[in-house]
Amino acid sequence: MSMFWSLIRRDIVLTLRQGGGAGMALGFFLTVLVLLPLGIGPDLKFLQRLAPGALWITLLLSVLLSTDRIFAPDYEDGSLEIMTMGPMPLELVALAKSVAHWLGTGLPLAILAPGLGVLLNLDALLFGPILLAMVLGSLALSLLACLGAAVTVGLRRGGMIISLLILPLYVPVLIFGVSATNAITGVPELFGPSMLILTAISLASLVLAPIAAAAAIRAHMA
Amino acid sequence: MQLSAKNLICRRGGRTVFSGLSFTVSQGEGLLLEGPNGTGKTSLLRILAGFGALEAGELELAGADDELTIGQRAHYLGHQNALKLALSVEENLSFWANFMGQPATASMIEQRLDAFNLGHLMSYSAGLLSAGQKRRLALSRLELVSRPIWLLDEPSVGLDTASCTLLAAAMRRHMEAGGLLIASTHLDLGLSFNHRLNLADLAEQTP
Repeated sequence: MSMFWSLIRRDIVLTLRQGGGAGMALGFFLTVLVLLPLGIGPDLKFLQRLAPGALWITLLLSVLLSTDRIFAPDYEDGSLEIMTMGPMPLELVALAKSVAHWLGTGLPLAILAPGLGVLLNLDALLFGPILLAMVLGSLALSLLACLGAAVTVGLRRGGMIISLLILPLYVPVLIFGVSATNAITGVPELFGPSMLILTAISLASLVLAPIAAAAAIRAHMA
Repeated sequence: MQLSAKNLICRRGGRTVFSGLSFTVSQGEGLLLEGPNGTGKTSLLRILAGFGALEAGELELAGADDELTIGQRAHYLGHQNALKLALSVEENLSFWANFMGQPATASMIEQRLDAFNLGHLMSYSAGLLSAGQKRRLALSRLELVSRPIWLLDEPSVGLDTASCTLLAAAMRRHMEAGGLLIASTHLDLGLSFNHRLNLADLAEQTP
């Protein structure tokens, strides 16, 4: 278990020191949310209706932005080869890297979202639901991002291909995330089922994505 | 413990790199891989470590009491040093020690670094080291985490004469302690290997 944590700790320290991953995602998130109301104009009603969807799309794109740095640095400096040798199963390596990506990127963005939602006149009633849905949903986003990064490991400019590969997998997260967020002001009965499906997507990704990611890396190494 | 290979064949990109490669290395012995560039020294070491493509042949590890693979018992040092430049020298080693399941204290790390004359740079960022110092830092990992098999691919690249002597001493210590050593090098490290394998002899003859 200490092997698992040591990898998570290292990855988080690296994102904090290098600023490439977390810092970039956060900066992007902030930029879009500041520019959006300026571009759309001061129609408060319209902004309020737009806010949940805009926040979710921005979260999705911010997570995508740092995706290609999940495995690439370790691949380039030879660390990934040594990780492949063990003793920790490669599936756990992939899981640890996903969790580190989530803690470094998805989770901070989810926590910031309600606060930044004020820029879009996000209804105060939605602060709780959006935080909850985004914390859950961003875990799935990081796990799927890790899968995309594993499939494209070794490609020089993999970022674009990752986006195309995992975009279809992000669509359900977006749909049910927005629907859970909007439920309180729209159809309250939708909140429960949407959250359940979102949780199911996260849990399924938690189990399946690391296995698929490990298989992709093994196939690449051979 | 004994590592033996029988009739290994390696193909890369449609070309047969080597075929009919066999060797046996026992506890406390060393195998030196020789041959010009492109004869498959790196491919062979990668196959042994478990991430190369083996076309045919048998690899066997005899006399091992558990079910670990060769890769799980081996250190592999390739052309890359597997260092994170944003971490300090100590953090780099301490991470690998933790990751490989043998956590190390600061004094253990310092001792290993001293063996490669890096002790005074322990708190430096690895990004500030020279190429030779980075190589020495990567080499320090080998003895910090004890693993019975060492697979070294040109370990002396970038090292000065004094550091080569330190490397040879580390390799000798490893074999004396009963470890297996398989290394490829073009440099005479003043080390006597029990076995030598020239991969140029096994290359497919081009007509």
